[in-house]
Amino acid sequence: MEIKIRKNILEKNLTEADKNRNFFRGKNVFVLNMMSSPGSGKTQTLCRTLAQLMPDIQVGVIVGDICTTNDADRLAKTGAKVTQINTDQFGGDCHLTAPMIDTAARKLGCDDLDLLIVENIGNLVCPAEFDIGENARVVVLSVTEGEDKPVKYPLMFQVSDAAILNKVDLLPYLEFDAALAVENMKTVHPGMPVFELSAKTGQGFEPWLEWLRQQL
Amino acid sequence: MHEMGIAQELVRIALDALPRDLKDPKVASLNLRIGKLSSVVPHSLTFCFEIITKDTPLEQARLDIETVPVVIRCDTCGRQWEAETPVFRCPDCENGQVRMISGREIDIDSLTLME
Repeated sequence: MEIKIRKNILEKNLTEADKNRNFFRGKNVFVLNMMSSPGSGKTQTLCRTLAQLMPDIQVGVIVGDICTTNDADRLAKTGAKVTQINTDQFGGDCHLTAPMIDTAARKLGCDDLDLLIVENIGNLVCPAEFDIGENARVVVLSVTEGEDKPVKYPLMFQVSDAAILNKVDLLPYLEFDAALAVENMKTVHPGMPVFELSAKTGQGFEPWLEWLRQQL
Repeated sequence: MHEMGIAQELVRIALDALPRDLKDPKVASLNLRIGKLSSVVPHSLTFCFEIITKDTPLEQARLDIETVPVVIRCDTCGRQWEAETPVFRCPDCENGQVRMISGREIDIDSLTLME
């Protein structure tokens, strides 16, 4: 005997993600999910972004890491409200889920925020699969990675609304073909805006900030 | 990398779907539809599923996984095609707005009970 079920196996997370979206809409907070591989410079990008946006725009950050509060400590120095999610002290989940964001957002307090940025766990695979109730997604790739990462991890670049190509200040010292990297991103996601910048020097930062301000 | 979590959700949904009035139900198969672009590795999912279904009605269940192709539609010119590689650019109009019709499924369609 066959029993019909017809369900998305991740439906529980999707339901929780929709609840999060309603919660954030009620608080008038825009939520950005920032994803990348480990070491692409998400935290550095965020530090500079927060310094430029605040205090005109009130920003809160939820940082996901498997272990340590290093990133949260760095971000707290900008004056933004920051809370850290650790999935496990000895190697836990490789992505954040909607229920984790619900708990962290309530802990952080969202009443006075305009923008909530979620720095997801460094991983180009799993975070792409899990809706956390965000309004937009941005993926960060750095020039110390390969130009072909977008076609190796297509889902991540396909589900993102914008991309950052970080560490462009290092281009003179590398054999990285930035034009090819951008072309690969646009092959996987035609029309996606790509911001080539350096979070360290601030080069190319203004178009990214402008895009972010327009989202709010 | 997250197949264990998916296996746990799958087991929860499947057990929930079993008729309450059935005595000692045994499931022969779970019929899944997994999109080619979803980041689920079938053999890894099967491995996790086998571990967590010991001593449950799903212990002998087989995972029948249908792979769903990536189908893309260009809203600008209306062309629809099956993508074999991760190229989402419309072959006709190049700059068209495209959307995915299928390829991201992580679905359970049905389960089959043993006779």
